[in-house]
Amino acid sequence: MTHENEWPLWEVFIRGQHGMSHRHVGSLHAADAEHAIRNARDVYTRRNEGVSIWVVEAKEITASNPSDKGPLFDPARDKVYRHPTFYDIPKEVGKM
Amino acid sequence: MTLSAAENPLFEFLLRQGDNALVLGHRTSEWCGVAPVLEEDIALANMALDLIGQTQLWLGYAGEVEGAGRTADDLAFLREVYDYRNLLMLEVPNGDFGRTQMRQFLFDAFQVPWLTRLQDSTNTRVAEIAAKCLKEALYHLDRSSHTVIALGDGTEESNRRMSDALTFLWPYSGEVFKVDATDHAMAEAGVAPLPSDLHSVWLETVERVLTEACLTLPEGTFAQSGGRTGFRHTEHLGHMLAVMQTLQRSYPGAAW
Repeated sequence: MTHENEWPLWEVFIRGQHGMSHRHVGSLHAADAEHAIRNARDVYTRRNEGVSIWVVEAKEITASNPSDKGPLFDPARDKVYRHPTFYDIPKEVGKM
Repeated sequence: MTLSAAENPLFEFLLRQGDNALVLGHRTSEWCGVAPVLEEDIALANMALDLIGQTQLWLGYAGEVEGAGRTADDLAFLREVYDYRNLLMLEVPNGDFGRTQMRQFLFDAFQVPWLTRLQDSTNTRVAEIAAKCLKEALYHLDRSSHTVIALGDGTEESNRRMSDALTFLWPYSGEVFKVDATDHAMAEAGVAPLPSDLHSVWLETVERVLTEACLTLPEGTFAQSGGRTGFRHTEHLGHMLAVMQTLQRSYPGAAW
């Protein structure tokens, strides 16, 4: 069900307790950015999931076109040498 | 035999703390599944759970202070209407979403300075519980004040509804500032400040938010009372308790 006066859609990104970066967790409706932060707090962090929240209005996101998938991504498929899997990483380095 | 309020003012004080959280928590939980939008539904359910959690702390300690072996659950589910010590404003039916938010705001605007002061209580248990509850109250106030502003400064209909809510709730909002012997006993013992000492800071918050919400502060100073003393509750509390207590009343000792 959509209403003409429905709140805009926001995409929510949360950085977890031990997370390195913000991850997309879902979306919600809110009247403005601050309202979106409060709603995100209640909808997505109620089980102690996060230490930081980002919200961005969904319409502000520019996405790649699915029909461009071939030219965009296929050329990277057969270039295994771009993966740093041929090195032994010392333990002291930690998470990479 | 239970001691009277005069004989055990700390118990009386703790019941007031716990019953406010319990009754508002239960009223708030009535929105679960029926709030106007999903996000608000979840937020209200979270707030209800915060308040029930606070209830466990206050009533748990109340049970210890009473010394009659009653637990927080016993106090919540096995007392009668006239044993309750909550503010009348918190037991009246929710009304529409706007009225629920206005009530929450009027309560939060008191809770934040109140719990802030309780952190300095000479009673360390009270101070500890207050410190834990304050973090939740700060968020509740943030949320409720923004919602009151958004609805008051919204459409013609939302402004009218918020104005109606304020008119309805205003006569109840002053009850907390009517002090009695229990309040004086707590103040003298350094357990809590007199609630009336916080009236000006409460009014300041209320005036600021209502102005931003394009709403007019009601002029009346008449305040309903009887809830926090247990002298006289509204007819609504009995109905609320009937729903809230039905499980324990029907299946005594039921647990899961």
